[in-house]
Amino acid sequence: MLLLLYNAAPKKKIHPAVYGAWIYNICFVTLLFKVLLINRAMTEQDEQIENLTEIRNLMERSTRFISLSGLSGVSAGICALIGAAIAYRYFGYNAYFPNFYYHIFTEAEFIRMDFLQFLFTLSVGVLVSALGLGFLFTWRRTKQKGGSLWNSSTRRLLFHLAIPLVTGGLFCIILLLHGEVYMVAPTTLVFYGLALINASKYTLNDIQYLGISEIILGLIASVYVGYGLVFWAIGFGVLHIVYGTVMYFKYEK
Amino acid sequence: MSSIIHGLNKAFENRVRLGIMSILMVNQKVDFTSLKEMLQVSDGNLASHISALEKVSYIKITKQFIGKKPNTSYSASTGGKKAFTNHLDAIEKLIKKGGKQ
Repeated sequence: MLLLLYNAAPKKKIHPAVYGAWIYNICFVTLLFKVLLINRAMTEQDEQIENLTEIRNLMERSTRFISLSGLSGVSAGICALIGAAIAYRYFGYNAYFPNFYYHIFTEAEFIRMDFLQFLFTLSVGVLVSALGLGFLFTWRRTKQKGGSLWNSSTRRLLFHLAIPLVTGGLFCIILLLHGEVYMVAPTTLVFYGLALINASKYTLNDIQYLGISEIILGLIASVYVGYGLVFWAIGFGVLHIVYGTVMYFKYEK
Repeated sequence: MSSIIHGLNKAFENRVRLGIMSILMVNQKVDFTSLKEMLQVSDGNLASHISALEKVSYIKITKQFIGKKPNTSYSASTGGKKAFTNHLDAIEKLIKKGGKQ
């Protein structure tokens, strides 16, 4: 088009100013046209990219429970450490002896109901406070994000967490019935790790690393029988605190 | 232009409909309240988009009673899943073409 105009121009002897104005006008119109067309293509593209992001987000949010707070992990870890410290103070240095558990529960002269009662009260206390604090922080986070705490993704998470956990719990009771007390601490660690890996498909993927660590620790604990309390403190205390802190800074800061 | 947007499904042109389908793609069954909560839209808005998707039989509706309360849940039909996958493929193509310009 420009070329045509260029050829035609000398014949008609148009005044240079008019000629310039023509070129200017044509350039302006084509530019405008191009901008409009490209803009249309761009907005269409941007819109679809936005749609895709939204789709991915909805698929993620509708299947995974993602408001699990890192602080829940930290508080559960602290509760476990306090519990372990109380148990250690109560039993004294005996807690480290490999045969300690064996003596308490199997040798007639060592069966002491107050030991059992103390252990039971302590473990229920630790469990309730850890769950309570954990619930509190996750509930607070859900409220901040404006979602609901009890929905299908929560139910799915709890269900898949519960299967290995309940199995492990029952297995530990069976171990106790057989008198194999020294294997209880490693077993809880291993089954807890399996439960976390199972649940990781329904919440933040990262908890599978915590699960793997718990399983490794549980296996080591089952070799070095008798140091149950130490491994238990590392697994449920230290690992929870480390994991919770990492999660907190990764997702909530 | 028409060649680029060829393959985009008219039934999914709306944000809410895209949302409904994406949720139903990854969940077997979802009830009305959960859909409303996740998409954050009003009852009427959601209902109208659901009926539009039902009309082209992309979603299936199951009505049942839980105790005395009526409960309606939705799931994606096989045809709906196929159509949605095609739609996503078309979007992907569109974006790729746009990137080459």
